[in-house]
Amino acid sequence: MTDVFVNIEIDGKPLQARKGAMLIEIADANGIYIPRFCYHKKLSVAANCRMCLIEIEKAPKPLPACATPVMEGMKAYTRSALALDSQKAVMEFLLINHPLDCPICDQGGECELQDLAVGYGRDVSRYQEKKRVVKDKDIGPLVQTDMTRCIHCTRCVRFGEEIAGLRELGATGRSEHMEIGTYVEKSMVSELSGNVIDLCPVGALTSKPFRFSARAWEMVQRDTIAPHDSIGSNLRVHIEGNRIKRVVPGENEAINEVWISDRDRFSYEGLYSAERLTVPIVKQDDKWKEVDWDTALGYVRDSLRQVIKCHGADKVGALASPASTLEELYLLQKLMRELGCHNVDHRLRQCDVSDQEYAPLFPWLGQSIADLEYLDAALLVGSHVRKEQPIANHRLRKASMRGAAIMLVNPLDYELNYRVAEKVIAPPSKLPMALAGIANALLGRTDGSVDAGLRQLLAGVEVNTPQRAIAETLKERKPGAVLLGNLATAHREAATLRALAGAVAELSGSRLGYLSEAANSAGAWLAGVLPHRGPGGKALANPGQSAHTMLAEGLKGYVLMGVEPELDCWDGRASLKALDAAAFVVSLTAFRTPPMDRYADVLLPIGLFAESSGTYVNTEGVWQSFAGVISPPGEARPAWKVLRVLGNHFGLADFEYGASSEVREELKVIIGELTPCNHGKWRLPDHLRPGLNGMERISEVPMNALDPLVRRAAALQQTQDVADGAAHVNASTARSLGLTAGVQIRLQQDEGSATLLIAIDDRVPDHCVLVHGAQGVSAELGPWEGPVTVQRH
Amino acid sequence: MEKSGTERLPARVRSIIDNALTKYPPDQKRSAVLTALREAQHDNGGYLTTELLNAIAHYLGMPPIAVYEVATFYSMFELKPVGRHSISVCTNISCMLCGADDIVEHIEKKLGIKTGQSTADGRFYLKREEECLAACCDGPMMMVDHKYYENLTAEKVDEVLDKLQ
Repeated sequence: MTDVFVNIEIDGKPLQARKGAMLIEIADANGIYIPRFCYHKKLSVAANCRMCLIEIEKAPKPLPACATPVMEGMKAYTRSALALDSQKAVMEFLLINHPLDCPICDQGGECELQDLAVGYGRDVSRYQEKKRVVKDKDIGPLVQTDMTRCIHCTRCVRFGEEIAGLRELGATGRSEHMEIGTYVEKSMVSELSGNVIDLCPVGALTSKPFRFSARAWEMVQRDTIAPHDSIGSNLRVHIEGNRIKRVVPGENEAINEVWISDRDRFSYEGLYSAERLTVPIVKQDDKWKEVDWDTALGYVRDSLRQVIKCHGADKVGALASPASTLEELYLLQKLMRELGCHNVDHRLRQCDVSDQEYAPLFPWLGQSIADLEYLDAALLVGSHVRKEQPIANHRLRKASMRGAAIMLVNPLDYELNYRVAEKVIAPPSKLPMALAGIANALLGRTDGSVDAGLRQLLAGVEVNTPQRAIAETLKERKPGAVLLGNLATAHREAATLRALAGAVAELSGSRLGYLSEAANSAGAWLAGVLPHRGPGGKALANPGQSAHTMLAEGLKGYVLMGVEPELDCWDGRASLKALDAAAFVVSLTAFRTPPMDRYADVLLPIGLFAESSGTYVNTEGVWQSFAGVISPPGEARPAWKVLRVLGNHFGLADFEYGASSEVREELKVIIGELTPCNHGKWRLPDHLRPGLNGMERISEVPMNALDPLVRRAAALQQTQDVADGAAHVNASTARSLGLTAGVQIRLQQDEGSATLLIAIDDRVPDHCVLVHGAQGVSAELGPWEGPVTVQRH
Repeated sequence: MEKSGTERLPARVRSIIDNALTKYPPDQKRSAVLTALREAQHDNGGYLTTELLNAIAHYLGMPPIAVYEVATFYSMFELKPVGRHSISVCTNISCMLCGADDIVEHIEKKLGIKTGQSTADGRFYLKREEECLAACCDGPMMMVDHKYYENLTAEKVDEVLDKLQ
């Protein structure tokens, strides 16, 4: 589609403008400033603040630039006497009710109203009347309201409807009694709710955790990259002294546009947790002792050498958080491999990696993040995309609004903020069969040649109506994609899901993509934090053990980096057991926890998030490097420096890096021009299992329980998206078991068991019980999925 | 979670809403929101509750806040319990010039309430403010239970109100 252009003139400057564009867009694009409050480039035009009134030749009255489409020969004047007079008059109206107490307002100094009042207002008010007062609303732990300051631009209202897909705020009452609020006492539950703080042009909606703790002019702004989901949202952190005071979005049209998730915005609070470890500590005779770095690293060297000498290098393993930087991950595997150990892995929440040698260079999205919004059909497999990758969900939502069919195969009936065209909800053990049904439906419609193994595998697999509909839709609508989410990756038969999803994609001519788990899952694959591949995906002759095997079978020595295994691994109970039994455990960690006190021998304090320089590779494969913008507390150091010096202690060659960028460049040379390809990168299983018969467990990691940092972010922990310690069952399962909400039960899983309260949750399929992962009880219960028994306590 | 709104709207109200819905395209069910609010209010003794607003939102497939916006915008919707008979005296310019303020004062004295209040026995509700009701030629005027009474005098007001139980 080619755009048609018209010739216009703004302030005497001849310009080319796309037909249909609004004047304000053209002015913005050409650096001509027009004041505004309600206009926002990502929201619909409301034209209700009237601040952008300008003069248009031949128009009898001033017109709002945000709602005036360009026309051939149009001449606009933004600074004429009429324009300035109109703007001044509008500003006078806006200030009738707005308090003039900027010194006690949190927005003071960074307020659009304040700025524009100085630039476009009068110096005195002619109004003597009383100003109105509006009662504040409590809309949750993240956004603070100060509604007397509201000027009714309705950006937050439009954001709710158009972006968050959840209309929570509205304008009730009219004229002077109009108020923005929720009408009923209600918290905002959108995972993107914090964006209204940036959108609000005044101090009506501000950040609750940040409130009154610094002024805009006291802080410096630095860029970084979000450390949680695999999107790599661009962030700007605002720093006062050496402390992050708040986080706001950095604009990047290709990735996060102008939005960030609440998790990315508020997780910085975790940095200031009381559990922060600030000095290296060593356990001797069961007593923890603070030591200097040299002593600590010397002790680690000696202990690891001792374990290797006594038990062999294959009895040592390293587990790294996939939120570690590329440089940290690369150095960790380099160190371990120099010691002769290939037991390195970052796939902590995965159990089935039996197809790892077939895997692509890294599990990538199969397209760009921006491409998601141009899909016409998408099948999400094992994904709560709305909470796992909120920004990817936003792109899919845009696709859906355009008419795309978004479809789901999930173990829980998640509520998305757009229409779901079709869905198949099945317990985890029946998920492969659910996907196989779709593949079989496609097989019936394929005339081309099909792999004989696939035909044999799918023979006799039943196809129901929704499965057939999903198959038809994927076949007919292009471009389409099959996307595997966190729940698929963590599945007990993840390899089977990958193969079936691959088959569905291939048979329907769709793209296969992975919405990978963490900020640097892709980077960990590239850096070679895998037992079977070195940096750059180089296959190894003698592969080591996967994360799950290392913990399930037990090793003598462990090196942990940024991991709390009882919460971050697939089987929390087995993890703790293995670590407790190990001869030596060193943990590079930002936080000190009671389990670490028990199982570890050395704790090395490291920097997190904005405290280290490094690189993240997002699920699309984009490398984004960032500088450390604050220094870690106390003696804590960026992990790449710790590993680098540890390498020196071992006397290893090529460990002389002066900056993290040198590490990155070394890896870049190894990787060269490799690009990922998901096509055909799976392995068909020999047969399909029918699934379990009795009760089974479902797990998911709630959005704000994902990693050690976010689990310690105080405000986020007050939201709904946290692990709640309950056993969720649906109403009919509860009835059949004779249970009601709040009843105490004993849940038995393998040798583990836990006492939990029943919560009724109709997203859970029949004969299943959902117990969140990444919480205390997950360490008592054991694996992510599997058969369970429920007994009234 | 709001379970369902349907059963909390009486069948009579639902049938009127359903009838209104036939006038609008199926994807624009929200067009019937004013009809729904009006009927639900009548059915509920003259005022709306949050539960009713939620039920309407559910029935018309609207976000609840969108229904709250409409219900709070229009002055004919009451969101708190009010007296059985609703009295609105027009106090706009034409009626005011013809003595509407005296009529309001008379009613306030007669019923022992101020505008915006209901009588203790729940018989009358005197609305706070009523904009022009388009009966300027016969001011002062009032509307009682949707019926217009014009060329008002104190005696005429008494006669109208005394008849209502």
